[in-house]
Amino acid sequence: MIKKEQMKIVSSRAIAKDTYEMVLENHFISEKAVPGQFLHIQIGTHTLRRPISIANCNKERNEITILFKINGVGTSELATYQAGEFLDVLGPLGNGFKAEDEPQSTILLVGGGIGVPPLYYLGKTLKEKGINIVSILGFQQKENVFYEQQFQGLGETIIVTDNGSYGYKGYVTDVLDQVGLFDCYYSCGPIPMLKALTTKLEGKRGFISLEERMGCGVGACFACVLPTKDGTGYRKICKDGPVFHAEEVTI
Amino acid sequence: MTDLAIELPGLSLKNPIMPASGCFGFGREYSEFYDLSKLGAVIMKAATGSERFGNPTPRVAETASGMLNAIGLQNPGVNKIIESEVPFLSQFDTNIIANIAGSTLEEYEEVARAFNKTDKVHALELNISCPNVKDGGIQFGTNPSMAARVTEAVKKASNLPVYVKLSPNVTDIMQMAKAVEAAGADGLSMINTITGMQIHLPSRRPLIANKTGGLSGPAIKPVAIRMIYEVRQQVNIPIIGMGGIQNAEDVLEFLLAGASAVAVGTANFQNPFICSEIIDELPSVLSNYDFNSVQEAVGKGIIS
Repeated sequence: MIKKEQMKIVSSRAIAKDTYEMVLENHFISEKAVPGQFLHIQIGTHTLRRPISIANCNKERNEITILFKINGVGTSELATYQAGEFLDVLGPLGNGFKAEDEPQSTILLVGGGIGVPPLYYLGKTLKEKGINIVSILGFQQKENVFYEQQFQGLGETIIVTDNGSYGYKGYVTDVLDQVGLFDCYYSCGPIPMLKALTTKLEGKRGFISLEERMGCGVGACFACVLPTKDGTGYRKICKDGPVFHAEEVTI
Repeated sequence: MTDLAIELPGLSLKNPIMPASGCFGFGREYSEFYDLSKLGAVIMKAATGSERFGNPTPRVAETASGMLNAIGLQNPGVNKIIESEVPFLSQFDTNIIANIAGSTLEEYEEVARAFNKTDKVHALELNISCPNVKDGGIQFGTNPSMAARVTEAVKKASNLPVYVKLSPNVTDIMQMAKAVEAAGADGLSMINTITGMQIHLPSRRPLIANKTGGLSGPAIKPVAIRMIYEVRQQVNIPIIGMGGIQNAEDVLEFLLAGASAVAVGTANFQNPFICSEIIDELPSVLSNYDFNSVQEAVGKGIIS
């Protein structure tokens, strides 16, 4: 079920270059939220809402954490909101990461840039189920890195930067051979990264979370569709996704 | 008691509010927010002869006070729509208007004829104004004699009232309106989106993959009001007005300009409850401006 709710801003702070962490309070949305889902946020009087993934959820405190990067007029306005103000939010939206039916001992999280946030809530949830978490997080450069400690709290975490200014130099796919065996991978990040990753891990069980500019966010406007891999149909990122089996869609 | 009801060819509307084509899918998603029986009508997403997958993404981009879209008439094809979408919508106590599109005269006729198979659809909205596909009907929508031809053909093929959806992307919309009226249109629906384009500075590329898209939202409302007003002076068939409606005051403005009913499009994306909220607010807005009914306000703008 989706509701249009007012979410109170508990806190907002910069955590990396142009990157903000905002904690929002709302009982309904925090109660329903599962990893991989997103919020469709009304910012000021903008015509379109902005879809932002859920990075963490604290059901006891009725809190949702979102992380966003300033990437245009909407997100820069969002960064000006202060604690105590309210946001009009549609949520929780989309289908999150699928609950695995087969037992898993180790999973790999691979995040790129502002694709990292949804993986944190997923990793936290899976760790609580006793699953080992290994994370590879890629960023442009040192000042873009965020949530390294939080992911280290989940398990082994490898950081890579494009220019080597922090962690390993290169792309997330360059360090795949450093991680041991895993049952399944979950990834979110830029399309070129997802393409390279799913190609390199072909045959491995994996799920990817996608982003796209959206209209309605609920599946009515057909703005954010992509073709299925078998060529027979399409999926709506907002409603059928944003999480898909790596073999399900063509990216 | 303010009377919201309005009678149009084929449509007994309990109120003049309907979601616009393409902004409401086939109603399923929004039916989870409120009871669609509340609506005067629902205009379904465009139907074409066979399934269309639409344009590459990104398909939308925000603009100042509006948005560009280039969805590209994605739809499962008329037969699937009749099979699975019309039955869903018909469970609600509202009127169903089918928006029909095509790339050839024959496809328009085929789609129009297909809707004769169901008795659940109350009217057709003839889409000759989609700016986002090469073969989406805009070639019929910018030339008065072509528009008249397709109107005549669809009227012949269909046993439903036909509302022709006009494009604002023309030099003289009155000529278009007069041509389709003469060709037998039962009503007009106006305006479709205005073709626009936006370039992303860092990449120097258009913000939507189709390069150009249709501008909608509050930015185009004055254009819609002007065109409806002008057309109202020249034609006698009723007008369903649309273009940037956000609240009940906007609805009254469209009525004053000459629309008999209105469609709400882009505003659904920001607020899924918008149609329902406008229906709730309309009686008091009408009475605030001394109208006892919707009918009374139609064409009552004092523009001398």
